[in-house]
Amino acid sequence: MEHSLAVKGKRFDFGGTILYVLLTLFGLLMLAPLIYMVSTAFKPTSELFLFPPRFFVMEPTIRNFNDLVLATGTSIVPFSRYIFNSFIVSGAIVVLGALIAAMAAYPLSKHNMPFRKMIFSMIIFALMFAPQVTQIPQFLVINKLGIINTYFALILPFVAAPVGMFLMKQFADQIPDVLLEAVKIDGAGEWKTFWIIVIPMLKPALATFALISFIAAWNDPFSATIYTTTENMKTLPNALQTIQGGAGVVARVGTVAAASLLMTIPTILVFVISQKMVLETMAHSGIKE
Amino acid sequence: MSRMLTEVIKYRKSYYFLAPFLLLFAVFTIIPVGISVFLSFTYYNIVEAPRWIGWSNYRLLFVDDNVFLTAVANTLKFAFVTGPVGYIMSFLLAWFISQIPQKYRFFYTLCFYTPAITSSVAISVVWLYLFSGDRYGLINYWLMNMGFLREPYLWLQNIDTIMPVLIIVSLWMNMGIGFLAFLAGLQNVSRDLYEAGAIDGVKYRWQQLWYITIPSVKPQLLFGAVLQVVGALQVADISMALVGMPSPLYAGHTMMTHLFDYAFIRFEMGYAAAIAVVLFMFMVGLNRLLFKWLGSGD
Repeated sequence: MEHSLAVKGKRFDFGGTILYVLLTLFGLLMLAPLIYMVSTAFKPTSELFLFPPRFFVMEPTIRNFNDLVLATGTSIVPFSRYIFNSFIVSGAIVVLGALIAAMAAYPLSKHNMPFRKMIFSMIIFALMFAPQVTQIPQFLVINKLGIINTYFALILPFVAAPVGMFLMKQFADQIPDVLLEAVKIDGAGEWKTFWIIVIPMLKPALATFALISFIAAWNDPFSATIYTTTENMKTLPNALQTIQGGAGVVARVGTVAAASLLMTIPTILVFVISQKMVLETMAHSGIKE
Repeated sequence: MSRMLTEVIKYRKSYYFLAPFLLLFAVFTIIPVGISVFLSFTYYNIVEAPRWIGWSNYRLLFVDDNVFLTAVANTLKFAFVTGPVGYIMSFLLAWFISQIPQKYRFFYTLCFYTPAITSSVAISVVWLYLFSGDRYGLINYWLMNMGFLREPYLWLQNIDTIMPVLIIVSLWMNMGIGFLAFLAGLQNVSRDLYEAGAIDGVKYRWQQLWYITIPSVKPQLLFGAVLQVVGALQVADISMALVGMPSPLYAGHTMMTHLFDYAFIRFEMGYAAAIAVVLFMFMVGLNRLLFKWLGSGD
């Protein structure tokens, strides 16, 4: 690694050290909300309402987590149902979304068919229309399709993600054409080319997209509120809102802090896995012309 | 015409690949956007059926709605600072991270991406604490201790500081998908290119950055730029969380909070749709420029 910031030879790398200091300071500041979240989840009631508020917990307690277990015990459907729904919905959105975005990105990047530019611009334009306004028309469409109260209503509207297609198309642009031609000369069809060349080359993009689409799906309270009416179709963010009890309820601040912390754990896990994937690609290859 | 058809048939496999995406996209995005554009020409309060009123919403928006003009001015002010600065910042941070040894990279990536992971509630609590207007707010406390301020300053209520505070906070929490895309793109740059560059006399790190790295990640740069524009012009959540809705004298009012106001507080969906269409036009215009500068030319 010639271009690393490590100490070069015997000379002290002054610029490198300053960079490290700045990066670390800035990084720790960015971590602050997460640390605050963790610390709040362990605060006893007396500290939650302290004024001025304290950043760090003084006398940590797990009472908030016990309260959470009690609160979840009183829900209408078993709490595991919310967890199950959340995992099914988020998992399906991530896997299906990544697959069809990659499938769409491949021809848009590498094939020269008619309407290519038009289709691409149309998908990019869709990124720019405020989603808040399309929610009601989207509900009307879902209602017409008769999929209200099914998993389809929670999954299908979010599978065709313009961001994912755009990201993967940009990465697919970097795949050298010679590579694709080489496998085709060896007799591979389009489908096989897609699986043995395009998908492996898109790995960093797939991992990045999986992360952002998981975060969006996992934390979205909206779709289950609107597209389902029965309690056993609701997801974790809805359960969290129920625990919260609406605006102005202060009694459960600690419980909510504990629940939010637990909600964050799967997200962090997905972050770890996806970034490991991105970093691994780095270690092994890099695209070669 | 028939030549076009033969071309389409020749490339039919390409369309098969596109089909699943386009089908779902048409049903759940194109049709709803179409309906919204239609609604922008109607009076629609969700309860009654939409009533056609032609260009009225647009006329109202540009001629009579002074708050909207304030919102446009605020949004542009916000976007012109956070757009370029946030963009350059997230690229440079991603680049710094790609320069340090592998084993440390993960930790820094986690740091910078944390704001996107943590719940927005936790984030706004931290910011409200920092900028709180009493003497216990962290920034007031420091400034008073160091003697810069005599009495606490109302950062989030004073119309002179609302916009700067919003800009600082959004820059701080800016590392979103653009940052991740840069990071992943930078990992893709081939080692061979740097070695070839070294032979051609590329010596310094900034030379590598300018002559090798940036040209190699152009597709990711375009992606990041487009999303930066979309994000900067759609700013709303931070404003509502920090300075409230409506903000004092509309000093933190943006096009998106204006839309939110009409869509979910006043339930005038037709008017909200018109705002969305205008916002859309702004973005399409800006993105034309971006594709011209950073696009690969096709």
